[in-house]
Amino acid sequence: MDKFLTDILGSEIFAYIIIAILPLLFIVPYALFAVWLERKLSAFMQDRLGPMYTGGWHGWAQTVADIIKLIQKEDIVPSAANKKLHLIAPFLVFVGSYAAFAAIPFSSEYIGSHLNLGVFFIIAVSSLVVVGLLMAGWAANNKWSLLGAMRAAAQIVSYEIPIALALLAVIMIAQTLNLQEINQMQSGWFWNWFIFAKFPFVFLAFLIYFVASLAEVNRTPFDIPEAESELVAGYHTEYTGMKFAMFFLAEYANMFAVSAIAAAVFLGGWNSPFGDFMSGPIWGVFWFVTKGMFFIVVQMWLRWTLPRTRVDQLMYISWKVLTPWAFVCIFAIGLWMVLQ
Amino acid sequence: MAESIQTQDRKLRTEEMVIQMGPQHPSTHGVLRLEVTVEGEIVTHVKPYIGYLHRCFEKHAEQMGNYSQVIPYVDRMDYVAAMSMEWSYVLGMERMLGIQVPERVEYIRVIMAELQRIASHTIAIGTFGLDLGAFTPFLFLLRDREMILEIFERTCGARLLYNYFWIGGLSHDVPLDFVDSTRQFCTQFKKTIVEVNNLLSYNEIFIKRTANVGILPANVAINYAASGPVLRGSGVDWDLRRDDHYSIYNRFDWQPQIGKGERGTLGDCWDRYIVRCREMEQSVKIIEQAIEQLPDGDVQSAIPKRIRPNASEIYIRTEAPRGELGFYIVSDGSGSPYRVKGRSSSFVNLSVLPEITRGYMIADLVAILGSIDIVLGEIDR
Repeated sequence: MDKFLTDILGSEIFAYIIIAILPLLFIVPYALFAVWLERKLSAFMQDRLGPMYTGGWHGWAQTVADIIKLIQKEDIVPSAANKKLHLIAPFLVFVGSYAAFAAIPFSSEYIGSHLNLGVFFIIAVSSLVVVGLLMAGWAANNKWSLLGAMRAAAQIVSYEIPIALALLAVIMIAQTLNLQEINQMQSGWFWNWFIFAKFPFVFLAFLIYFVASLAEVNRTPFDIPEAESELVAGYHTEYTGMKFAMFFLAEYANMFAVSAIAAAVFLGGWNSPFGDFMSGPIWGVFWFVTKGMFFIVVQMWLRWTLPRTRVDQLMYISWKVLTPWAFVCIFAIGLWMVLQ
Repeated sequence: MAESIQTQDRKLRTEEMVIQMGPQHPSTHGVLRLEVTVEGEIVTHVKPYIGYLHRCFEKHAEQMGNYSQVIPYVDRMDYVAAMSMEWSYVLGMERMLGIQVPERVEYIRVIMAELQRIASHTIAIGTFGLDLGAFTPFLFLLRDREMILEIFERTCGARLLYNYFWIGGLSHDVPLDFVDSTRQFCTQFKKTIVEVNNLLSYNEIFIKRTANVGILPANVAINYAASGPVLRGSGVDWDLRRDDHYSIYNRFDWQPQIGKGERGTLGDCWDRYIVRCREMEQSVKIIEQAIEQLPDGDVQSAIPKRIRPNASEIYIRTEAPRGELGFYIVSDGSGSPYRVKGRSSSFVNLSVLPEITRGYMIADLVAILGSIDIVLGEIDR
């Protein structure tokens, strides 16, 4: 699709800008929908109704109204804050999550950038989020923010290791870091998906990836950087209006990014689960988004079911449970491949 | 877990930081302020500051024209368990005046107080779950609390501050559908307890967060005069409903619940939590028996129009949801009390906080505070 765009627009800088903006056209409506979905889903789980009035049908316009409200809000910067960093931080966090979309293959015909190192790029660029969070927590000059930022930095840095190792297990089978090629290898029926390859080791790697990705995006049971009952609101305590909305948008964008990687690497990405049934570039987008949304619903389901872990337990899970088991996966898959 | 943190290499010490937790912090359960000294994430010292909700209850009581007018003020002490607050004061006045209340009143009072205990404990364990990040059980429990509040509303018109227990009886008889709606509540609530146990009490993460955290040994609990679920959570079998022989609790088949250290150490947060859960089951049991035996009759005994006890004094205590609630009432023979001193359970229970939070993490501090279950209205009075 980007070829098609460069064909009609030429290799002008504008063509690249348009290609770069395309994911944004997805993220913003998606985030609005996901926030509404989370409210409805939590309401369903908690025997409530959730938003019902705004916009008519089941309060569909509630999040739109919220965003309009947030845009109008006064932007309050604490007088003791470091104003520059305080301003940059939310955008840096969003950049970190948004850049990951460049390498996510939405369909066989559309990917932001044909990177040979797609997986590597996503892992690397999502680390940028940590810098933004640390910056936000430190610049606000609030002790709660600082504690939240320290927790976030420790957590995200720790959990990148099991994530990278779990993905490495699949990359060993695929022999490539290009996400588009990884997806092509999984075409056909759903048993060709990598999650079922070298059973049960890739499945184990998938579980490790999923648990670690919950921590990576600060979702319950690992939402300790913004644990509202402990740290008020964590690193975004001192943010108001649109800057706060940027954190929110980044969080939901990040949720989709990690779900998309899970879908692309383990669940066949844009491939139809049923061979040639409903396959093709357009259906590809449908399957890809459906698989991504499935993981997002699971994330929400966990959030409204489980309590939160503690900082030291979180580190324990990362370093003493997930990382060793990820190594076991890599070792077992490697051995399997050598013996074959 | 805490020990290993405490015995870490001293070279790892970071600069100490003083954080003000509250009065606008989401987990201080009201307007409590904690001055927390932390070393990184480890709490080294906690100092509670109270008094943000002080409303001069005791002085107000002295200034009232008569003894009955104190009751609405008593309601406002522990606003989550107003029925239990009233009962203690009213019982004290009845003892002072030597009034025997009718049978029906005793039964209705037991039912109301136990419903109130359930309502109060639903808030306690619901917000405790909320402190640990579990949002859903809180709403399940609040949904059932709503049924209790509806029963109260139909009975006396108020949802929170009832002024229902009067000296010598009750303000009204119960409504016609009282028996049915209470039975209906009991059936529904038994299901909810199972649901909450599945979702929260025996959840692995929840147990990891609460077991072996905030251990309150029995001797410390006794030395600090802790009472209620905090004391029973430490394994001390002490329940005023049974041990003080007030009202008609001895006619029912029930057991005070004590912590046993099942999931960790005796007296940890999980024990305090599970004691409340099991107490709710026992309360349902008491209500079901009381509703079966509920006799007919008057709800107000003959009392003098103007209450004037002889110059005397009395200390009365009852088992409120949060522990021993006492009133020391002094009469000088006039129409209004000379002195009313409230002994609030939350205040005494909160005093153990600095003792049991040392060396734990900030997240644990929140859990410990939640497991003590304080109501600031009762602490500050």
